[in-house]
Amino acid sequence: MHEMSIAQSIISIVDETLEREQYQVLREVVVEIGELVAVVPESLEFCYKAITEKTKYQDSKLIINILPLMGRCRNCDAMSQVERFNFVCQKCQGRDLDIIQGQELNISHLEVD
Amino acid sequence: MPVVTVERKILKKNDEIARENRKTFNDHALFTVNMLSSPGSGKTTLLEKTLSRLPDEVKCAVIEGDVQTDNDARRIAKFNIPVVQIVTNGGCHLEAKLIQDALDNFDLVNVNLLIIENVGNLVCPANYDLGEDKKVVLVSTTEGDDKPLKYPPIFRVSDVLVVNKIDLLPYVDFSLEQVRKNALQINPDLEIFEISCRTGEGLKNWMTWLRSAIRK
Repeated sequence: MHEMSIAQSIISIVDETLEREQYQVLREVVVEIGELVAVVPESLEFCYKAITEKTKYQDSKLIINILPLMGRCRNCDAMSQVERFNFVCQKCQGRDLDIIQGQELNISHLEVD
Repeated sequence: MPVVTVERKILKKNDEIARENRKTFNDHALFTVNMLSSPGSGKTTLLEKTLSRLPDEVKCAVIEGDVQTDNDARRIAKFNIPVVQIVTNGGCHLEAKLIQDALDNFDLVNVNLLIIENVGNLVCPANYDLGEDKKVVLVSTTEGDDKPLKYPPIFRVSDVLVVNKIDLLPYVDFSLEQVRKNALQINPDLEIFEISCRTGEGLKNWMTWLRSAIRK
């Protein structure tokens, strides 16, 4: 259960950003989570709710965008979506893929007032 | 409604400290291993077998991570090497900052191998870079050969897979061929060792790998 510490990291980045940009109200925080990152979205939502309760962020929404796992074949350079973690090139059936998307754990942007 | 672009890694702080740790390790020519597995796969036992086989010129230090107790640190202290126990009090993984703080307890000039035993957990530690050189993931034959498919992130980020308890193969439904296939499907670059800490089988290959990785 590391989702709580991730939720705390999100809040501290939100704090910093609002202060720097001189906004008071957070409406939405949008995060991107790659498919290969060990984070359970429902659990992160739960933790976010729990730590924002009775704070100035309690009416804000956490939006989670899941980024599909994508790889580039080391053999033929083709891009493939990796389904069910089966790393295989859809063009040449090669099994050596470099991950080009799917390991993200980012805050994309905030909607503020 | 105004939009503020952030585009920042949520674990940026951890990654920054991990980078500092990595610099510290490099400055001291220290080879660092982060051992990962579910509880009971044999991380501490492999550590004990490793320590008893290391030649004198290898100066090893150990960081033990557990949710509770210093049982593991006490097992390691018997080898008369520096060991620090981190008790996470419920935390499911080690973070770079915990390692950085633990390093204060070592005289790094006199260490050339640091082994970090992470909290027994196949999920959370995958996300947290500690600054280590290599991640070593263990699976034991009593756990099932589909572990790599069930927990892909940790197998993808690891460099080495150690399959432990192969002495139990006659008694369990576990196929070495299948675990190998499943692991390589997730990560074709994995180096794989098949061992039994109990009988010592396969430990020679593991030790050869470890000794060649330690900086001269």
